[in-house]
Amino acid sequence: MDKIYDVLILGGGPAGYTAALYAARSGLDTLVIERLAAGGQMALTHQVDNYPGFEEGVDGFTLGRKMQQGAERFGAKTVFAEVQSVQLTQDVKELRTDRGIFYGRTVIVATGANPRKLGLPKEQELTGKGVHYCAACDGMFYRGKTVVLVGGGNSAVADALILSRIAEKVILVHRRDTLRASKVYHASLQQAENIEFIWNSEVVSFQHADHVNGVLLRNRITGEELPISCDGVFVSIGREPAVALFDGQLELDKAGYIVAGESTATNLSGVYAVGDVRTKAVRQIVTATADGAVAAYQCEEYLAVSVA
Amino acid sequence: MSVRNITKENFEKEVMNSEQVVLLDFFATWCGPCRMVSPIIDEIAEENTDIRVGKVDVDVQAELASQFQVYSIPTLVVMKDGKVLTQATGAKSKEQILAMLP
Repeated sequence: MDKIYDVLILGGGPAGYTAALYAARSGLDTLVIERLAAGGQMALTHQVDNYPGFEEGVDGFTLGRKMQQGAERFGAKTVFAEVQSVQLTQDVKELRTDRGIFYGRTVIVATGANPRKLGLPKEQELTGKGVHYCAACDGMFYRGKTVVLVGGGNSAVADALILSRIAEKVILVHRRDTLRASKVYHASLQQAENIEFIWNSEVVSFQHADHVNGVLLRNRITGEELPISCDGVFVSIGREPAVALFDGQLELDKAGYIVAGESTATNLSGVYAVGDVRTKAVRQIVTATADGAVAAYQCEEYLAVSVA
Repeated sequence: MSVRNITKENFEKEVMNSEQVVLLDFFATWCGPCRMVSPIIDEIAEENTDIRVGKVDVDVQAELASQFQVYSIPTLVVMKDGKVLTQATGAKSKEQILAMLP
């Protein structure tokens, strides 16, 4: 008979490893299944200033490793594997991965979110060749060049400011006529002289050879099309939850997030959703870790009742 | 085998003239996804003695980065007989990286 874990956790970001810490510390047999490395989206953040306890801030990668080590200190295990399919409706839940099948009495979904894509032809193929989703990572390659930044929220504006310090010119393309970004960003934006704005417009296609050399924009009001020359395009239009695996099993809201309240309980018994993948108002590291603790407690309760 | 630090100076000898397949990891020390991939690259180097594995710090080796048209990090490149077989950007799992090798 294959081993059945008390708790299987999908995803090794802050929500996943906090759930692992609490579950393992309560004596539950706990396994985290992570695709790549601890930390999730947090690991891509160079400086985290809003996780308490680090007076100088901390880099997200290091914080992720520390969360992993903290959970493993109490016996949580990690396996690095890509989950291919899940079966969550039975009492014993089953996760099929490229490293074998894992069974658990409870499952905590902590798969997080990924950058939203524009959904244009050739976007995948041109990723890293002029199409980018991380200004902090890839901005440095555009020193002295012209880049288009797509988006209008807080992270888009933060990205535009990062890019304005590196690139010769930043063209911010937004589908509305005003930014959604908070007031705090507006002053810095006005001071950056090399940011140009194109309002009410969206990208309809990429112009490229091996590398992007321009975009075609369409004005959403007049319908007018405008070709723009640029060396790169940075996309900052929000995130989308990583839920493809759960389609048809877990209830999702209109935006695709797993429907679960503060209890983290989903529509399936023994299955909990934590962190950015769950319907919630504030998606932060601290709210993700809080979810992790709640879900581990829920698993403990569920196991106590179902095993008894 | 241990991972080699590839520079402009040793590129010809270590990469172009290598008789083995070469896996190159273009990275920066401050880049989160690069730090996720780095230990996987180390593991692959340990476990696959028939290939040569090198890392290129793009902050120091800007010329090599531009020669390979690296615009996103991490970028992984697989080479044989001085020619690029595959080049891919973004953090990848061990299986995905091994699948890039011939």
